[in-house]
Amino acid sequence: MSRGSARSLLGALASVVVAAAVWEVFARSGVFSTALTPSLAAIVPALGRMLADGTLLLHTLYTLYRILLGLALAAVIGIPIGMLMGRFGWAERFVLPLVSVLSPIPSLAWVPIFILWFGLGDAASIALVLYAATFPFILNTWTGVRSVNRIWIRAAEAMGAERGRLFRKIVLPGALPFVIAGARQAFARSWIAVVGGEMIAATNWGLGWVIFDSKEYLNADVMLATLLVIGLLGLGFERLVFQLMERRTVGRWGMVRTART
Amino acid sequence: MSAAISHLELRQISYVYDAGGRAVPALQDITFGVGASEFVCVVGRSGCGKTTLLNILAGFLGPTRGEVRIGGKAVTGKGLDRGIVFQDFAQLFPWRTAQRNVEFGLEMKGVPRAERVETARGFLRLVGLEAFAAAYPHELSGGMQQRAAIARALAYNPSVLLMDEPFAALDALTRDEMQRFLVDVWRETRKTVVYVTHNVAEAVYLADRIVVLTPHPGTVRAEVKVPLPRPRDPLSVEFVEAQRRVLDFLR
Repeated sequence: MSRGSARSLLGALASVVVAAAVWEVFARSGVFSTALTPSLAAIVPALGRMLADGTLLLHTLYTLYRILLGLALAAVIGIPIGMLMGRFGWAERFVLPLVSVLSPIPSLAWVPIFILWFGLGDAASIALVLYAATFPFILNTWTGVRSVNRIWIRAAEAMGAERGRLFRKIVLPGALPFVIAGARQAFARSWIAVVGGEMIAATNWGLGWVIFDSKEYLNADVMLATLLVIGLLGLGFERLVFQLMERRTVGRWGMVRTART
Repeated sequence: MSAAISHLELRQISYVYDAGGRAVPALQDITFGVGASEFVCVVGRSGCGKTTLLNILAGFLGPTRGEVRIGGKAVTGKGLDRGIVFQDFAQLFPWRTAQRNVEFGLEMKGVPRAERVETARGFLRLVGLEAFAAAYPHELSGGMQQRAAIARALAYNPSVLLMDEPFAALDALTRDEMQRFLVDVWRETRKTVVYVTHNVAEAVYLADRIVVLTPHPGTVRAEVKVPLPRPRDPLSVEFVEAQRRVLDFLR
């Protein structure tokens, strides 16, 4: 392990310890009853039980399935739309007003109507993720295309690149830092959408459903354990997917400074 | 050199641009020729339209009047018969290695992969960057990036090389080194070169002939031949004398 990564691990460890200590003080302070603010001594065993009986894994898989499918669909739809907007004035004029109206509507505000359309279950949650994730892809890709350095375009055109090839070989990689930023934002919004959607629209499975269901039985320890899992999954994706993706591409190419980990 | 045997000809080129409804003449009646394998520097103050002129030669701008001919044929628009090197180091594509940058023009030309790799490698060798073929642009120094850009502009074998103050952003020592290097590359490849600069010493070091532009609108003030043998010594009496002749036209 290099000195740099040892130091960043130490930093992460320190922040976890501090956060845990703050929670313990709060949990044992008596502001709420211990049933509502369970200490780590209760949360960790709850997590252990859920892991041991396999339910946590299944809930997680359901949630991941919904979020990843919704995200993938959003990327497939959003990136090309953003590209078209960046490239053609007519596409920009047509899409931008729609995006400006739809994008500020919180995804959760759509839950009731999506339940009416898609019923309870996977489809409503996936549609919700799709709604939440598409706009970050569109807006960031659009910005990315517009901020491609003009000199790359000039140099490429001087060497005979035109239309399709110019787009594929210059605009696409040139816009990549923004597309990755869009993916990050889309992912963050997707978590909100999927957990919120599952609370209301899911039946029996999903991390959001667990949280909501636990409320019925006052299982604060299960709720908090699940929140912890969601946080850890977010961290995992940031480290293993987004940072890696960035380091292998735009970081390697010197187009962005990557996080030191 | 008479216009009849010029490889590159500029015939009465004028360029007028629109500044908020007002027509501003940037270039007026620019006429000169550049012989095959000749090295011509276009010298002028900032704002004399020399970059506009280069953009017209490159085909990025269409002249308001006049025409550009290469090998006797009028050219309009961009083309692989011209290679271009800009001042900005950022001209290389950051997502491509030095090797892949140099391959770009060949790729556009439809040259098969194996041949492309071979040719690009040869031009990297020519500019002394063979050891850095796998490096990405941000890993190269400014001078090395400009070398790679020169290799890229030469690799697809254009007959004319257009250069827009490619060394202006380099430190003085690197610039001297790059000028020597460029003369070597030019002698090796025998390209017809049009090199735009505001640096008179640089022009005298590099050029067979110097075209002096004066601004508002940009017109050819004079053409000065530099008959000094190469490699040139910037400290010699003849060199300083040639600089003075050019400077006299700029004052």
